[in-house]
Amino acid sequence: MPEKFDVIVVGAGPAGTACALQTARAGLKVLLIERGEYPGSKNVMGGVLYRKQLEELIPEFWKEAPLERPIIEQRFWMLDKESVVSFGYKGLEWGAEPYNNFTILRAQFDQWFAQKAVEAGALLINETVVTECIVENSKVIGVRTDRPDGELYADVVVLADGVNSLLSKQLGFHKEFRPDEVALTVMEVINMPKEKINDRFNLEENQGTTIEIFGDSTKGNLGTAFLYTNKESLNIGVGTTLSSMIKARLKPYDLLDYLKNHPLVKPILQGGESAEYLAHLIPEGGFRSVPKVAGNGVLVVGDAAQLVNAIHREGSNMAMYSGKLAAEAVIKAKERNNYSESSLNSYREALYGSFIMKDLEKYKDAAHIFEKHPQYFKEYVPMMNKAMSKFFTVDGTPKRDKQKQIMKSITAERGTIRVIQDMYRAWKAVK
Amino acid sequence: MHIVVCVKQVPDTKIIKINPKTNTLDRRSAPAILNPYDAHAVQEAVKIIEKTGGTISVLSMGPPQATAVIKKSIEIGADRGYLISDRAFAGADTLATSYALSKALERIGKDLPVDMVICGKHAIDGDTGQVGPGIARRMDIPPVTNVIEVTEVNEQEKTVLIKRKSTNGNELIQADLPCLLTVEKEINNIEYSPLPNMIKAVRYEPVIWTVADLENVECTQLGLKGSPTIVGKMFTPPKPEGGKRLEGSSDEQVKQLMGILMEKKELLTLQSSK
Repeated sequence: MPEKFDVIVVGAGPAGTACALQTARAGLKVLLIERGEYPGSKNVMGGVLYRKQLEELIPEFWKEAPLERPIIEQRFWMLDKESVVSFGYKGLEWGAEPYNNFTILRAQFDQWFAQKAVEAGALLINETVVTECIVENSKVIGVRTDRPDGELYADVVVLADGVNSLLSKQLGFHKEFRPDEVALTVMEVINMPKEKINDRFNLEENQGTTIEIFGDSTKGNLGTAFLYTNKESLNIGVGTTLSSMIKARLKPYDLLDYLKNHPLVKPILQGGESAEYLAHLIPEGGFRSVPKVAGNGVLVVGDAAQLVNAIHREGSNMAMYSGKLAAEAVIKAKERNNYSESSLNSYREALYGSFIMKDLEKYKDAAHIFEKHPQYFKEYVPMMNKAMSKFFTVDGTPKRDKQKQIMKSITAERGTIRVIQDMYRAWKAVK
Repeated sequence: MHIVVCVKQVPDTKIIKINPKTNTLDRRSAPAILNPYDAHAVQEAVKIIEKTGGTISVLSMGPPQATAVIKKSIEIGADRGYLISDRAFAGADTLATSYALSKALERIGKDLPVDMVICGKHAIDGDTGQVGPGIARRMDIPPVTNVIEVTEVNEQEKTVLIKRKSTNGNELIQADLPCLLTVEKEINNIEYSPLPNMIKAVRYEPVIWTVADLENVECTQLGLKGSPTIVGKMFTPPKPEGGKRLEGSSDEQVKQLMGILMEKKELLTLQSSK
């Protein structure tokens, strides 16, 4: 008879590990199954981890976790072919406790985080793929893996199997995601001596910068690029929705090459050495794409539940928080000895009452609107660049005349009514 | 049947970097893994025990983190694991290592007599292949190296039929039990471990012995003290320069080649003398 656990968590990323950690701390018998050689070996993100949600699980984690740099500066670039309009915020308060966010390398961080769950008593099995949930009387009662004698039972199975969650799809919780619901992101880790990074970004040893790049970085398609500082490397990456890539016939690696060779990006990377190349899908469907998250004997967390806020580049923090909420629901279900959907629905209620779903709801139309109206990235970014160039070039024209000329050129390009429509639509999308 | 498999934790030499100044391995640059030949040794033990029934123990020497390779062996199918770990063992060459392991084998044999010892052909970080035969010599049992097949184990007669690779072909050998085998990679394929083994491995706590746990140990034969090997010099062999590429039609290429051969006759004599 195969062994039975209280909880089986599928996937040792931020969501799964957070859930395993919390349920193990509550004394439950927990099995955490990871398909990679070790946690983090298959996981990809741009690299920003927000402090708050992890701190709730592991107070003062920054004293022991393998972090790269605390971010003290966030820049935003509106990139054109040979120019950029930039703005940002740099604050030294982010460089001291309690910090705001950090850059991390997932291969190291996830291992450390999973070790915390193991220390709390969870069993971690690597290199094992869960192929399906075992369902009996429309209730999930365990998992089947790709190993010989590979069946195990549990009161609750928590699906943290990432974007494109095949397991929740098998259960009918969602359909195949559409190409406009996922982004394809490719990135490179570029090794660089820390002195060079500190000089180029005007940083001290334990300070980091992030740059989000819009416009020409994606050749005007819906998406963003990023450039983040690690201790002795840079993460540079770019992603667009899969649908944009298909429509514009873009190859992701071409796009990354294009970005790396952009005249305003190239000097920053000069002398660096490519160390790693990574690619991954990111769930960006937002509020409307969130699948059913609780069923009989099963919960869905993290990327598998599409919990990513693309506009604020939040994902791993939401994943951890959803894992924590799922753990609380499992612990309650155990107290009641009731693992039915109605019992586990306390997770759904907690999730929808939390900042996660509130934030996703706020932006529920944003991606859709920007996808449908490509002018924001394609036309307005170059327009902004032209306007700034004109305004700051001293050529004897009075400033008031310049303003008029700029307004005129914008309305001439898009038409006054359309400009007003565009502004109103954008405001509505993010208000 | 009780089989003991000796395993070693090694840096993955496929990806390890060499410190250009000291010419030593930069061990931080590569993950520590179970020596691949040893994995085949454990797998072979599993195959034998499937037929005969019995127990598989694994034995390793190394720092405490070497328990990882014992756990890996449990995944493959071993039943128990022993690690001898002590400052006194540190810096051992193959002579001191085989002495320490044979003492640990003695101790294991006291609880359950050992019928067979299996080792990998060699460790990928040292490539000497001396520890296995060294253990056999100290235990006074026959060593059979370069094994590519364990054809038959006869428990009644206490014999084993073995196919071993030699320079002139394969040899079929009958050896008395107990004996020691060192195995080649082609002896088997590593099976995908069953899930219960994976869970067992995660939970398993290997037995860790220090020098004090072993009996009749001559401390002068351990570790650096017991190691007569002196490393004179270490160097990275220069990368071979690319060969010369002949271009043109086949006739032209043959002509060019003949020209080179006629010019450098020593190339021909070197080949034939081999």
